[in-house]
This record gives sequence, C-alpha cells and structure tokens, in this order.
Amino acid sequence: MSLDRSDVERIAHLARLQIDENDIPAYTENLSSILNLIDQMQQADTGNVAPLANPLDAVQRLRADEVTEPNQREQLQAVAPAVEDGLFLVPKVIE
Amino acid sequence: MFDKTLAELAEGLRKGDFSSVELTGAWLERIKTEDSKYNSYISVTEEQALEQAKAADAAIAAGTAGAFTGLPIAHKDLFCTQGVRTSCGSKMLDNFASPYDATVVAKFKQAGAVMLGKTNMDEFAMGSSNESSFYGPARNPWNTDCVPGGSSGGSGAAVAARLTPAATGSDTGGSIRQPAALCGITGLKPTYGRVSRYGMVAFASSLDQGGPMAHTAEDCAMMLNVMAGFDPMDSTCLDREVPDYTAALNEPLAGLKIGLPKEYFTETLDPQIAERVKAAVAEFEKLGATVKEVSLPNTELCIPSYYIIAPAEASSNLSRFDGVRYGYRCEEPKDLEDLYKRTRGEGFGAEVKRRIMVGTYALCAGYYDAYYNKAQQIRRLIQQDFIRVLDDVDVIMGPTTPHPAFKIGEKSNDPVSMYMEDIYTLSLNLAGLPGMSVPCGQVNGLPVGLQIIGNYFAESKLLNVAHQFQQATDWHQQAPAGI
Repeated sequence: MSLDRSDVERIAHLARLQIDENDIPAYTENLSSILNLIDQMQQADTGNVAPLANPLDAVQRLRADEVTEPNQREQLQAVAPAVEDGLFLVPKVIE
Repeated sequence: MFDKTLAELAEGLRKGDFSSVELTGAWLERIKTEDSKYNSYISVTEEQALEQAKAADAAIAAGTAGAFTGLPIAHKDLFCTQGVRTSCGSKMLDNFASPYDATVVAKFKQAGAVMLGKTNMDEFAMGSSNESSFYGPARNPWNTDCVPGGSSGGSGAAVAARLTPAATGSDTGGSIRQPAALCGITGLKPTYGRVSRYGMVAFASSLDQGGPMAHTAEDCAMMLNVMAGFDPMDSTCLDREVPDYTAALNEPLAGLKIGLPKEYFTETLDPQIAERVKAAVAEFEKLGATVKEVSLPNTELCIPSYYIIAPAEASSNLSRFDGVRYGYRCEEPKDLEDLYKRTRGEGFGAEVKRRIMVGTYALCAGYYDAYYNKAQQIRRLIQQDFIRVLDDVDVIMGPTTPHPAFKIGEKSNDPVSMYMEDIYTLSLNLAGLPGMSVPCGQVNGLPVGLQIIGNYFAESKLLNVAHQFQQATDWHQQAPAGI
C-alpha cells in the first residue's frame, strides 16, 4: 500500500490537521511504510472469526436515568481558551 | 533512604524512624538536584506534596493511618490532577490544569499518599521511547544516551534513578512493561477493566489500562491494592471483588506450570536477552516450577492488528482536541475550520499526527472491513491462542522486549522499526490479559526484563510469582552506576 501526496492531504483534511507543506513528503513515506506493515494482516485467514471488541466480551453497563452530576460549568469553563457569558467562543460560523 | 522500597518506607514511617515530611522533603530535594540528568518529571508539585505529607504525619500520630499513608509516589502525566497541569506530554495540554482528579489519583489521595509530581511520557502515550514528549526525552538512568522506553518512560526513569520510590503508569501496548524492562524496575499491567480509566487521558480505550511501577512486586501489590476496583465513572471498569494483592505473595511456587512460547524465542530476539530470560526460568525450576514449550501461533500478527486498532481508536478519541473547550488554541483563527486545523496541526507532534492519520484512513468508508474489522478478528485469534495455552499452564514467560534500551535518536525517524520493539507486549493488550515485567539480568550494562503473563484477573498469581523470584534473586535491587 503506497500513498501519494494527494492521499495524505485528503487524510489530513479529514482529520482536521494542518500539515506543513514541507512535511508532506515525510508523512507520505512514513504512512506508506506503516500501511505496508499493516497489510501483513491480510495474509491471516480470519474466515468467520467474530471480531473482538472487548476482551471480556463485556457489554455496556446501563444506569437509571437520573441526574447524578452537579453543574460544574464555571469550573470547566475556567480552562477554556475563550468564553463569554457562560458560552464557549469560536470564530463566526454563519456569515 | 533512596534505595528503600515502599514497604520499607512504610515500616520506617510506622516505627517513627522518619516523618512523611522528612521523607517527602528528602525526595523533593533529590529531584531538584538530580533530575536535570534524566528529565523524568514534567511537573514537581512541591507545595502540595509537603501539605499532603503534613496531613499524613497527623494521621500517623492520630493512629488513623492506612498502609499507604505518607508514602511518596509520582503520577504519569496522563492522570488528571485537580489544579495541577496534566500535559500528557503534549503542547496541546501544556496549559491544562485539570478541573478534576482521575479516579486513580483520588484513590491515592484517599489512601494518604504524597504526590511528588507528574512524570514525563511520550505524547498522548504514543511511543516506545519517550522521545515524542513535548518536554524532550526522558533519559535512561543506566545510560543517559539511551531511551528509558515508553510511553511511561518518565515513570520508569524516575523510579530507576531513585527520584521516587514508585510511580503510576499506563499500558496500551506495553507502556508500563517496556519502560520497566528497559529501566530495570518492576511493572504490572492489570487485566483490562481492573483499574478505572476515569480521568486517564484516553489513547485507545479498548486497550488502555493503568498500573503500578516500582522496585518490587511487593510494592506493586501495595499500589494495586489502592488502584484496583470498580468505578461507576468508567463504563468498562469491572465490578469484581478486589483481593488483598499482598496476601498471596509468599505462596510457594512448587508445582507452578510455566509455558515458554516458541514464537517468543526466534531470531527477532537478541540472543543475550534469550539467555538471561532462560536463566530466570531456570531459577523458577529451582523453586519447584515445571517448564514446557507452548505455542502462540498468531504472535506476529499482533503488530499489524494493534497498529490499526490503537490508531483508529486514537483518531476518534483525539478528535476532542479542537481548541474550543480546553487546551491549546492557535492564534487568530480566521474561521472554524482554520481553528480546528491549526490548533491540531500546531498542538500535536509528528507521531500523534501520524497515528491520527493512520486511524482516520483505516476508518474511512469502504475500508472498515479490510482494516478495523480484520484487526478485531485477528484480535480474537490472538486471545484464543492465550486462552488455549493458559488452560494448560499457570503462567507464560518470555522476554518483555527483543532488545535492551536503544540510543536516543536511533529509531525516532523510523516508526516501523520502533513499532517492532513492541512484539512481545502488544498481544496482552489486544487480549486484555495482565502481565508483568521483572528485572532478570543485564546485557552490556543495560537491564533485561522477564515478562510474566497470566490469566484474566490473575494479578495475585503474577505478583506471587514475581515476588518469589525477587526473594531468590537480586536483580531488582541493582541500581545504575552512580545512583
């Protein structure tokens, strides 16, 4: 599996990662070699083997639908980059 | 004092040989003068440590102290600590003082432990060398030109350099066991779900597990007594009774059945490491154990399978770092997409970006079956190998790593060769099994780790086996030159 420059640019966009123009060749090479390593999987005969998502085959625990958490907005927003009137600030989304 | 184990320090506190304030002050002073050589700490929490030590001394005087009261430890910097920077080794969280404590941190506080500081690590726990840390690599105390391993490299280096008697770590693909092996200390990765992941910054949620790193199995048992147990805040934490992990340490090993996987002793393994591991196994035979060859035929597939599952889960987990709610935010974003892209592009280092991209690629529409699903199928094959073997033997033994510590910079530009170092550790995370690394010798002055693998929830057995080995050998007591 070998990626080219446009693949890397597309993946970086999907992952919302700005990659420096000069770094793209190195990422292309590294990601291609990682995908080559990963392709060794394809030689394994996995037939009808059930995929393993949780090692103990545990399932999601449910709880009663009750309010258990106190409101911690101020505490949590204290570490935010930009807030105003209890809201997180982001650049304008709709012109 | 600095060579003492947690158990010995606890004894000293109980007998009044020293106070927790004296103990804590001495370790803090040592960190101040020595850590510039190892870069094992990201933050030292002196003020808080001395306050905790005072409180511990008061509890000891009042007769309300527990087994852990007044003992100093360090936390890997991915455990959230209220009001204290929790960087995860990343620029992304360099400014993040967590608003809450991880369950593991809260449990140690509750038990009266003293936190000396937060240890260095690979960025977001992604690495096997500690070189991907935003704060620079931690150095191996046995040879400061070498890596301490990763991702809990700071914890490994700090314990080995006697800059803390013990530390917490986390293990997603070997991140407790591999640095323990490379730094000549003892580390335990518990069964998946044994220790709460709440407040442990997520890397790959189906693989991540916190655990202890210390000089001895006995100390690891003391720490696991504090760490293990059900937590309603972690949906994958298991509601199962927690035994006293120190209770079975002294059980004799007569009749113990050990399996040696033939796939762990191939040309991949440094022959000198093979020799040390076999010598350790011979020691167990002297203690009454029997040894047989076993087979884990899907061993090699753990690398490709892991390097799909872990990046896939990481790409999803790390999508939360968007520059909006906490952590780094780029300067003057021109729109929302620019905010996301530059925040993440500037805030994450190269290895984290690589893994996010591998995960993003693998999860793309149309690739799911070929990658993620296939990797999860292989995961079951690997688990079935272990279940079959552990039906027949009590523990599996082998090397923790194929080589001793490598030089800083040697593999940092070649991710694939770095990934190959994880060959013996990844399978346990994929299968969710517990494993330990115990010092069992040296090669060219660098420590070698013996890996001991057990069945689900067999932590007591692993600790017992490791403790008996440490009663018969002194590898765990050896210190790097000049320390």
